[in-house]
Amino acid sequence: MKADIQERSGAAAAAHALSDRVIGDVLLSVENVSLAFGGVKAISDVSFDIRKGEIRAIIGPNGAGKTSMLNVINGFYHPNEGTITFKGTRRRDMRPYIAASQGISRTFQNLALFKGMTTLDNIMAGRALKMRRGLLWQALHWGPALAEEIRHREAVEKIIDFLEIQHIRKAPVGKLPYGLQKRVELGRALAMEPELLLLDEPMAGMNLEEKKDMSRYILTVNDQLGTTVALIEHDMGVVMDISDRVVVLEYGRKIADGTPEEVQRNQRVIDAYLGISH
Amino acid sequence: MNAIAAPADASASALDTVPKLLLHNARLYGSRPAFREKAFGIWQTWTWGQTKDEIEAFAVGLKLLGLEAGDTVAIIGDNRPHLYWAFCAAQSLGAIPVPVYQDSVAEEMAYVLKHAEVKYAIVEDQEQADKVLSVAGDVGTIRKIIYNDPRGLQRYDPNDLVSIESVQEAGRKALKADPGVRKAWLDGIAAGKGSDVSVVLYTSGTTGRPKGVMLTQENVVVSGRNANLFDHFTPDDTMIAYLPMAWVGDHIFSYGQAYAGALCVSCPESPDTISEDRREIGPTYFFAPPRVFENMLTQIMVRMEDAGWLKKAIFNYFLKVARRVGEPMLDGRPVPLADRLRYRLGDLLVYAPLRNRMGFSNLRVAYTAGEAIGPELFSFFRSLGMNLKQLYGQTEASVFITLQPNGEVYPETVGKPGPDVEIRIAENGEVLFKSPGVFLRYYKNDEATAETKTPDGWVHTGDAGFIDQRGHLRIIDRAKDVGRLTDGTLFAPKYIENRLKFYPEIKEAVAIGHGRDFVTVLLNIDLTSVGNWAERNNVIYASYQELAAHPEVYAIIERRIDELNKSLAAEEMVAGSQIHRFLILHKELDADDGELTRTLKVRRSFIAERYAPLIAALYDGSPRCQIKTEVTFEDGRKGVIEGDVKIVDMKTYPAVKAALREAAE
Repeated sequence: MKADIQERSGAAAAAHALSDRVIGDVLLSVENVSLAFGGVKAISDVSFDIRKGEIRAIIGPNGAGKTSMLNVINGFYHPNEGTITFKGTRRRDMRPYIAASQGISRTFQNLALFKGMTTLDNIMAGRALKMRRGLLWQALHWGPALAEEIRHREAVEKIIDFLEIQHIRKAPVGKLPYGLQKRVELGRALAMEPELLLLDEPMAGMNLEEKKDMSRYILTVNDQLGTTVALIEHDMGVVMDISDRVVVLEYGRKIADGTPEEVQRNQRVIDAYLGISH
Repeated sequence: MNAIAAPADASASALDTVPKLLLHNARLYGSRPAFREKAFGIWQTWTWGQTKDEIEAFAVGLKLLGLEAGDTVAIIGDNRPHLYWAFCAAQSLGAIPVPVYQDSVAEEMAYVLKHAEVKYAIVEDQEQADKVLSVAGDVGTIRKIIYNDPRGLQRYDPNDLVSIESVQEAGRKALKADPGVRKAWLDGIAAGKGSDVSVVLYTSGTTGRPKGVMLTQENVVVSGRNANLFDHFTPDDTMIAYLPMAWVGDHIFSYGQAYAGALCVSCPESPDTISEDRREIGPTYFFAPPRVFENMLTQIMVRMEDAGWLKKAIFNYFLKVARRVGEPMLDGRPVPLADRLRYRLGDLLVYAPLRNRMGFSNLRVAYTAGEAIGPELFSFFRSLGMNLKQLYGQTEASVFITLQPNGEVYPETVGKPGPDVEIRIAENGEVLFKSPGVFLRYYKNDEATAETKTPDGWVHTGDAGFIDQRGHLRIIDRAKDVGRLTDGTLFAPKYIENRLKFYPEIKEAVAIGHGRDFVTVLLNIDLTSVGNWAERNNVIYASYQELAAHPEVYAIIERRIDELNKSLAAEEMVAGSQIHRFLILHKELDADDGELTRTLKVRRSFIAERYAPLIAALYDGSPRCQIKTEVTFEDGRKGVIEGDVKIVDMKTYPAVKAALREAAE
């Protein structure tokens, strides 16, 4: 069974590489961003861009400032210096909910699901920003509100089908194994139909099979929905396999930026990251 | 020679092929549901009318792709309506579907695809498509892969793969453009004959390469029709299709029977949602191997353990009532009024909610087969008011050889010959049968065909069994494992062992007797069950060995074997196999020590060698035996277990004479 999965995701990756995906203009650019917590400099003067339609990986050793970077991008942290341009609009202070409504959604390193709620409700929650009817209408659960819910449920069911989590549709997520929770969280992020999807270690703590599955989902989202993906990941095999370009951070500084091949050949990267771990 | 013929009731009919049945059903039951599938969380339904249109478009599209009469078409995937339609679409063109087990790895698949010289592969999704693609070069004959679920397949080469949807679309266009296309399709169906090959089913084959069993249209249609007659199925009946499509059972239940009786087939959303989907559909007809029922029972029991004391008390009380009167009531035997009322109350409070929980609220008939089902497990479901029965069959018979009729259900038998089935017991105890379901031949394997099928149409099942005084068939062992005692009596080790293992105190049993004067057994006690008993009775023990040698444990086992001997004495064929002496092994049989296979089957010859001193003692009359055995611990270290094993002599009973029984009846 494992062999098939390997084969399957291998074929998917090959198809991905061959595909005529259009990598377009810059969707988001980070310019000279610095972030400090008191005296601790988490990010210093980092610049890079994310182009429309690509899979962009952010890698680096522990404490390199990767998660901080994602937090800056979706407005959870405000940079001390520098600017971020998303879809042509320069901004410095951003609120997460505004980022969300503009098309940035994310998953978290340590999962941030509503544990007591079902898979279905968690993913439905991802549609909240798209619901037009107010609280009162929704409480009535009638007429236009009902029609709206049915429409959104349809979208959620497509995600459930896509991620193959039908069997846990009605299960409270707190009781699910970790790998499945990660999948539900991806589902919730997808429910927002984002333009830019930020994934913070989507494969942490997964076994080989689950990683292959997750790689396949990410590739398909990118391929078929045209969603731009920025991800942090520690599994170098996965990063080199699925990303178009990689930016490498170390101690809050950018030390390399380029295609997986370029980054792998970069001596500073080898010293800083790959070198130490071997 | 025992020969039993069931009453013949095969109505000769012009509806001798499945495609003809499709047209018939579309005419008669056009607006009734034929297929259901849960997609995006909602059950989608296709009526027989719609099913006919879908299959018609599919078939015409396949013809445009180049599919011709006589070509073989592989069908690979989970149970999906589109894949079931693929069978009928191919057959309507005279092509031969070859379903392949969807969980087989690419290499296993390659053998079947190559052997069957498959021209087209109709697959469920990317997973199956990738497997077929990876071996297509090796197989050499595959022209095109046709898939159901497009996910992940967009970027594949369209010269290799097309979607079912696009095939159907092309078919629809052709049908619209030229009325002659439909006529040609209908003419093709009308020209089909019952003797045409309808399907090739590969048996998984525990030894050697799989064999392709060729069934004719008549095999499938008549077997389906007879089974429907046997249990009075009507178009109101519905089932859930979840067992592999490549398995003969599913092919006959969800295809043969469904078309022959216009029953409705529901396909689950995914293999992981079956129990939920079963609850929603509430099938009236259900088949499952014993382990599925075992899992259901375990789940119920585990949940009840967590229930409050009141619920538990109610559950336990009414379960006791059910055990006493449930089965007699199901069989329509007389039951005192007070018990009837109690059972009704229990039905309200316990049985009906339980059945609902398992998705059996509307159940009329359930079957189990494949391996021996424990009598307690079997009775549990029956006592809840479920009409669970056993059948015996095989691919070469289009499933049905014997079935248990309503009201004649005995856990130890597999029932009476099905409609139009004849069975006969050979000299060596092997069961032979003759029926309308007898397969045509093995695909490209005349040697195996000649070994299995006699020139006058009898088929060797490879199983040994006998027909009991009620006319029911009992399977005792694989024919090749059956031996003889020195006096010539048949000795079926597995039968004795299974009977022993049905007692909760006995975990493993090894019966010895081939070429000996009498039967003896080596036993393992079940540590959970006997340990539980020890706890309740203040028996102190430190290890398996100590508990196994405890005199009271010996006494319990002795009572059990005495019980068994009494019941064996009443069965003519096995009366000579009563257990004369037994011992309880000083250690548990273990796969790590090579005594069991990894699938936990006893390795008879290895055990005979390893425990030779014990076996010698069983036959030389000594009351005890010293034994020293090397064992492997879980961390791989070796050690030695030494023991002094007690051997017990058992009383045997004279065989109850058949003549007496006949007189009593």
